[in-house]
Amino acid sequence: MYKIAVVGDYDSIYGFATLGLGICPVKTREETVGTLRRLVEEEYGIIYITEAAAAMAEDELEEYREKTLPAIIQIPGVSGNTGAGVEGVKKTVEQAVGSDILFGGVS
Amino acid sequence: MAAKQVNPTRMELTRLKKKRVTAIRGHKLLKDKRDELMRQYLDLVRENMEVRKKVEAGIRSANKNFVIAKAGMSEAALNTALMAPKQEVSLEAGEKNVMSVDIPTFEYKTRTADENDIYSYGFAFTSSDLDGAVKSLADILPDMIRLAEVEKACQLMAAEIEKTRRRVNALEHVIIPETEESIKYITMKLDENERSTQIRLMKVKDMMLEEAHHYSEK
Repeated sequence: MYKIAVVGDYDSIYGFATLGLGICPVKTREETVGTLRRLVEEEYGIIYITEAAAAMAEDELEEYREKTLPAIIQIPGVSGNTGAGVEGVKKTVEQAVGSDILFGGVS
Repeated sequence: MAAKQVNPTRMELTRLKKKRVTAIRGHKLLKDKRDELMRQYLDLVRENMEVRKKVEAGIRSANKNFVIAKAGMSEAALNTALMAPKQEVSLEAGEKNVMSVDIPTFEYKTRTADENDIYSYGFAFTSSDLDGAVKSLADILPDMIRLAEVEKACQLMAAEIEKTRRRVNALEHVIIPETEESIKYITMKLDENERSTQIRLMKVKDMMLEEAHHYSEK
C-alpha cells in the first residue's frame, strides 16, 4: 500500500491536504532534498512536486528517473506555470527519439 | 580495419562464425524490440502531453479558486478548516511489463466510500469559494494519478529505448563488421597457407624425382 505526497511551498499545496494527500511544505533546497529522501524511504508511490521546488533539487530528481517507483511528477505551483513539466516530457522524447519530433513547434 | 589481432586458426574461424550468427540474430531481435518500444512510446507520450496539459490547466484554475477563497477568509479560519483532512487516499501500485520494461500502474482508493466526501469542515464558518476550490482540486485528482502513471512510463521507456538503440548501433556498426573482417582475414590466411603447403610438396616431389632418376619432371 502506497501513499501520495505533495512537495512544494505551502501556498501551492495546502489544498491537496483536503484530498487526503500528504503535504510537505518546503522552502529551501536542503529541505526539499531531505524531504524527498524521506518520502522515498517511506514508500510513497507518487510524489507531486511543484516546478519551483523541483528546480531546486534537479539532480536529486534525476536519480529517481529510472526507478519504477516512486513516480515524481512536476506540477505547477501557485506562482504560475514555468513550463518545466512540459519541458520534462519533451526531454524524454529527445532521449528516446534523438530529437524532439512531436512537440517541437507547439509548446 | 585489422586493428584486432586474431589467430588464423580453424578453431578461431569456427568461433567467429558462431559469434557472427549470434550477433546478427541479436541485432535483429534488438531492432524489433526498439521499433516496438518506439511505437508504444509515441502513443504514450502523446497521451502524456495531453493529460499533462489538462492537469496543469486544472491545477491553475484550482489555485485561482484557492486564492479567492483565501481572500475571503482569515488565515486562521482557513487553516482550521483544512487542518484535519477527512479523506485519505491510498494507492495500489502494480507493475506492468511492456517489452521488458517494468512500468507502474496506479489505482487509488479513497478512505470513505463517497468520493465527494471531501469537505473537512463545517459550512458555517467558511466561505463558499473554499468549497468550489476543494471540489475543483478533487476533480482533477484522477487525472493527476493517470498523469503520474503515464509520465513515469514514458520516462522509463525513454531510458530503455535509448539503451536499446545504443546496443543496436554497437552491433550494427562495430561488432558485426569487425567479426566479418576477422573472418575474411582468417579465411584468406588459411587459403594462403594451404597454397604454400601445396607448392612446397610439389617442390619436394621434384627434388626427390631428380635424385632418384636423374631427370626433371616437365
